[in-house]
Amino acid sequence: MKKQAWLPLLVFLVLVGFLAVGLRLDPRDLPSPLIDRPAPQFALPSVDAMDQVRDSGDLRGQVWLLNVWASWCVACRQEHGALMDFAAQESVPLYGLNYKDRHGDAVRWLRERGDPYVDSFFDGEGRVGIDFGVYGVPETFLIDREGRIRYKHAGPLTPELLRDTILPLIGALGA
Amino acid sequence: MIPEIGHFALTLALLLACVQVVLPLWGAARDRTAWMALGRPAAAGQALFVLVAFACLMWSFYANDFSVRYVVQHSNTALPWAYRLAAVWGGHEGSILLWLLILSGWTLAVALFSRHLEFGMLARILGIMGLISIGFLLFILFTSNPFDRLFPAALNGDDLNPQLQDPGLILHPPLLYMGYVGMAVPFGFAMAALLAGKLDAAWARWTRPWATVSWCFLTLGIALGSAWAYYELGWGGWWFWDPVENASLMPWLVGAALLHSLAVTEKRGTFKMWTVLLAIIAFSLSLLGTFLVRSGVLTSVHAFATDPKRGVFILLFLGIVVGGSLLLFALRAAQVGLGGRFATVSRESMLLGNNVLLMVAASAVLLGTLYPLLIDALGMGKLSVGPPYFNAVFVPLMAPALFLMGIGPIARWQRADAGGLARRLRWALAVSLAAALATPWLAGGWSAWTSFGYFLAFWIFASVAVNLGGRLAARPWREWWRVLRVQPGSYYGMLVAHVGMGVLVVGVTTVGSYEIERDVIMRPSETASAAGYVFRLDTISQRPGSNYIADRAVISVFRNEQRIAILTPERRIYTAAQSANPMTEASIDTGLTRDLYVALGDALEGGAWIVRIYVKPFVSWIWGGGILMALGGGLAVLDRRYRRRVAQADGCVAPVAAPPPPSYPDTGAAVPKRVETTA
Repeated sequence: MKKQAWLPLLVFLVLVGFLAVGLRLDPRDLPSPLIDRPAPQFALPSVDAMDQVRDSGDLRGQVWLLNVWASWCVACRQEHGALMDFAAQESVPLYGLNYKDRHGDAVRWLRERGDPYVDSFFDGEGRVGIDFGVYGVPETFLIDREGRIRYKHAGPLTPELLRDTILPLIGALGA
Repeated sequence: MIPEIGHFALTLALLLACVQVVLPLWGAARDRTAWMALGRPAAAGQALFVLVAFACLMWSFYANDFSVRYVVQHSNTALPWAYRLAAVWGGHEGSILLWLLILSGWTLAVALFSRHLEFGMLARILGIMGLISIGFLLFILFTSNPFDRLFPAALNGDDLNPQLQDPGLILHPPLLYMGYVGMAVPFGFAMAALLAGKLDAAWARWTRPWATVSWCFLTLGIALGSAWAYYELGWGGWWFWDPVENASLMPWLVGAALLHSLAVTEKRGTFKMWTVLLAIIAFSLSLLGTFLVRSGVLTSVHAFATDPKRGVFILLFLGIVVGGSLLLFALRAAQVGLGGRFATVSRESMLLGNNVLLMVAASAVLLGTLYPLLIDALGMGKLSVGPPYFNAVFVPLMAPALFLMGIGPIARWQRADAGGLARRLRWALAVSLAAALATPWLAGGWSAWTSFGYFLAFWIFASVAVNLGGRLAARPWREWWRVLRVQPGSYYGMLVAHVGMGVLVVGVTTVGSYEIERDVIMRPSETASAAGYVFRLDTISQRPGSNYIADRAVISVFRNEQRIAILTPERRIYTAAQSANPMTEASIDTGLTRDLYVALGDALEGGAWIVRIYVKPFVSWIWGGGILMALGGGLAVLDRRYRRRVAQADGCVAPVAAPPPPSYPDTGAAVPKRVETTA
């Protein structure tokens, strides 16, 4: 009888082990089919100057980050500080993809909170977002010199994630 | 100022909770009455300060204080005031504060209404419950403070998630949490019994009403949640096997097992270890549910607000509470003992069977809920477990449990006569079998599964009739009224709850077998028909609501050329919402034998709309069954033997909620959403 009484505790400890491991995994860390594939090519107007169309092909030859954001997105506010810090470090250029937004709102958002981006592409209808397989905003893509997606993160960036994952990756890509 | 008062009140509550844990537990160990006596005032003080904190948060919402971050995230000036108040538990921080408020409420109730308990026992129970309180207070103060300020203050808020802007939001979380958190009381009783190394029939008698009342709340909360999903998600499903739903179903199943096990412990003094274990598991699953929903290990892609620190904290807390209690269980189990013996055919063995089946069913749900996580943790990829698994596993486990439900209450304690049982039940069996075969045939579509479902339901009804009939048959009919009057409340409670289960099974079987779903394209003045009902789209127009714009259709329903209902489904765009996803607001004509359910889909070119039409026979029986089960629990709690004691001891038994109007939401959690646009 005595031995059996320990069984529930044992089962529970195994369960806690799994939960502890599970906690370190990210359920949103969905494997993107685009990893190591060429990033979709696009040409979109710039949020700063709507009459200018920028081509993503011009960014070839450098490592850069693409951050999908929108003025209506709460989580974007959460990651905004981390992005501002990142921009201040001047490691690689950070571009924005302003996803399903209104232009006026986007401009106001950047003016009020600060603009961490070299430039933001204006994707009002979300066509380019669909090409990138955007699940929800924010999402961030790391693109290498050859124009391939090397890393993707869904959800807000944190200073820890930038420091521990993204910056080392950028280093490995030789930027 | 008000938010700071709330924050400060929480800090004071934490100090009082520490007093409530340390002194009574120590006093009980050292047998010092004065220290033990501190438990009650400390519990009362803690409850008061938590209430103050909660009121402060409510005020911040009511007064649109957008310098409080949590208010900004979940409210908006355009939000009607009732929703602003309910928005207090519309997000993570407030939900946890509500959890804590309800926990301190239950603790206070134990402190007030358990004067008949032995002093040391009460001190230990309050100490254990205080320990849980400390965990949640630390959690709030360190990782989820709802009173955090936002600087500079926002001009307006982000609005409450539109799916939660529903009368159901006001009721569903409090009801569900009453059930979840209420399981802390039997847990406290179980821990106290283990600490004292003493567990007797009186212990079981005083644990029973607490377990029953929390189980009733849980039942109502789940039923309300299911009803909310049914009308808010716009495609007429009533259960999704979503992790959040599973998190509430597991403690419900174990709670049901606990109620039955407690009955055996009280009446026969047996199943003691099992009862204690079930009390521990029921509360552990409540905590685990909180962990699953709040930590983000299982949440959906769009719940971005989860924070890994919270997950670590809850897991640690879970480890301490559950690990500690199971360790205590392992150490003290031998001292508590097993209790009396019983024969293979007896009421005990039937209840044991029921217990095992319910536990296995809860484990199956747990496995299905955690399986994606386990596979991921082992590095074997990502997958999701859906309704096919749950239906395949759950139904075969519940079917024998439902069958036993018919026999158990008729079997004798200790040793029953199998032949006699068979004789008493043969007519019930024959009648339910015949009716189960005939009903689908009359309903117009026979299938083995449909028949089997009806058989289980009719079997429960028939055996309840045999049970009641058996008590009456011994007497001449003139005395029947007197016989009925002297039966205890717990007896009627059992019958009503079992009938409720049967009603639920009828609803599930009928709606599963005979519902009609049609997705049609309609222009104004066009008609569509389903199951003999003709639906005519009269007009469709835009109209503004308080904080949304709606496309609203007016649809007349005719039967035999007579107009029987006017339905007005809406498709709403919430103006302050962060997502531009429209919300469907289904319109339902509810009836005892069928629901007419209409939801508006997408607009097409040229003024046409996709309209989803469902005719759902007996669907309201699903929630009716839930309400009957909760009512049964209520009757059991009102049993005379508690009231008699109450009169002596100047206490009372916790009240039972009236049947509520339907709904569900959880907050940061995954809400299953399905958009279908098949024309």
